[in-house]
Amino acid sequence: MIKPFEIIETIKMIQEDNLDIRTITMGISLRDCASHDGNVARRKIYDKITRLAANLVKVGEDIEKEYGIPIINKRISVTPISLIAESCDDDDYVKFAQIMDKAADEVGVNFIGGFSALVHKGYTNGDRKLIQSIPEALSITNKVCSSVNLATTKTGINMDAVKEMGQIIKKCAELTADRGGLGCAKLVVFANAPEDNPFMAGAFHGVGEPECVINVGVSGPGVVKSALAKVKGADFETVSETIKKTAFKITRMGQLVAMEASKRLGVSFGIVDLSLAPTPAIGDSVAHILEEMGLEKCGTHGTTAALALLNDAVKKGGVMASSFVGGLSGAFIPVSEDAGMVNAVVDGALSIEKLEAMTCVCSVGLDMIVIPGDTSSETISAIIADEAAIGVVNNKTTAVRIIPAPGKKVGDMVEFGGLLGSGPVMRVNQFSSKEFIDRGGRIPAPLHSLRN
Amino acid sequence: MRAIVTVIGKDKVGIIAAISNILANCNVNILDISQTTMQDVFTMIMLADISAMCVPFSELSEQLEKKGVELGLSVKIQHEDIFNSMHQI
Repeated sequence: MIKPFEIIETIKMIQEDNLDIRTITMGISLRDCASHDGNVARRKIYDKITRLAANLVKVGEDIEKEYGIPIINKRISVTPISLIAESCDDDDYVKFAQIMDKAADEVGVNFIGGFSALVHKGYTNGDRKLIQSIPEALSITNKVCSSVNLATTKTGINMDAVKEMGQIIKKCAELTADRGGLGCAKLVVFANAPEDNPFMAGAFHGVGEPECVINVGVSGPGVVKSALAKVKGADFETVSETIKKTAFKITRMGQLVAMEASKRLGVSFGIVDLSLAPTPAIGDSVAHILEEMGLEKCGTHGTTAALALLNDAVKKGGVMASSFVGGLSGAFIPVSEDAGMVNAVVDGALSIEKLEAMTCVCSVGLDMIVIPGDTSSETISAIIADEAAIGVVNNKTTAVRIIPAPGKKVGDMVEFGGLLGSGPVMRVNQFSSKEFIDRGGRIPAPLHSLRN
Repeated sequence: MRAIVTVIGKDKVGIIAAISNILANCNVNILDISQTTMQDVFTMIMLADISAMCVPFSELSEQLEKKGVELGLSVKIQHEDIFNSMHQI
């Protein structure tokens, strides 16, 4: 029999340290839903999603009850809609977002991702229409998430798309001004986007993926923090070992849930994503882990090193615990979704520049950052370009999810609610990047992309 | 199929009787039982065989939780696999 202290340890992790399965995400291929007639395509999309995901929420809830582990989100990702919609003659794709929203409502998931386009080397006509449809689509739907991949290490950076996405983000904010620019919280701009990411808002079902697949994202910043609290003052070898062991345990649970969910749904198991994902809840913060390591405030000197250690140790512990690891698999540092990050910004310890440096050593990028509403589209584009450059040169995923909150100034707080939390408006550099962004074209792939 | 029942809280008369009564009514066989006081908290752990259980798992879980509220304790039942997967390779 398992030892009593091990049983109590697991229960404590769940009850006191907010250990949970962050998401079970069902990836669904929509490649067989294309049609020359938009109405036919949308009907096929709705039918396929509601058929394959009919039991997703129920199975998630059953597992939650039987194993006593909370599963916070049940979600769906689909093939990038630009690939499906471009077979029809529609001029805008807003109706495709509406049908995704309707399907998500029907099966009871809380987000559906894949209103997406992959334009890292250039646009097709469908990509162009999809991107132009994003602001309206995100303003009139509730559950649809959108992403655009505009750079890869292999292809370089599509600077035309970088420029356009700055404008699209501004427009998204304007159309959802009554909700603090909420539309932007559902839009991610990627470099090197993974095709099997279970986390929103960037999840989509890549073209190399199977018909239907289950991907699982685990979470547990609180558990890591509690474990580190027990080794106060110990050297970094001990810190790293402690994180590795904790990550192993967390990931084993993710693997169990992933296998069980795929078995019950009759769908193949894809990956477990090892990311440490915070929530606004107290005790569920990545920033607090970094502070537990000995930093007075997240964002001070030493933060990048602390995050690098954390990210590496989580992977080393997690990779042994799962048969397939994928997705983003790195610590997330969204500002509004992490109570410790919010405090660090409010106290003046954490700036966008420091966050940018931190994205060099962990997953995602500038995530859930609120900036003043009067920030120009070119400045937003330049922020995207910087992040894309970090991703492309370092062979990793980077992303930007930034909210130019209409009418808000530095120091204001913007409330999004739920898991999205509330974010303080952060200062951006006041000097112009307009001429740089206006050049357009493509930044070539770096030399080390030529590996053959 | 086996499950772990955990009871955590303040010690008092009749805990084991109350919990095992519910399990017996649901045709659940108790395979092993241990109780200790850890960090001043009473902890009882039962290993139970639920393969011949005559109610749905969720119903048993609710009954136990309700009894826990009555007794001022935390009572949980979870599939054994969650502990095995986390602590055993």
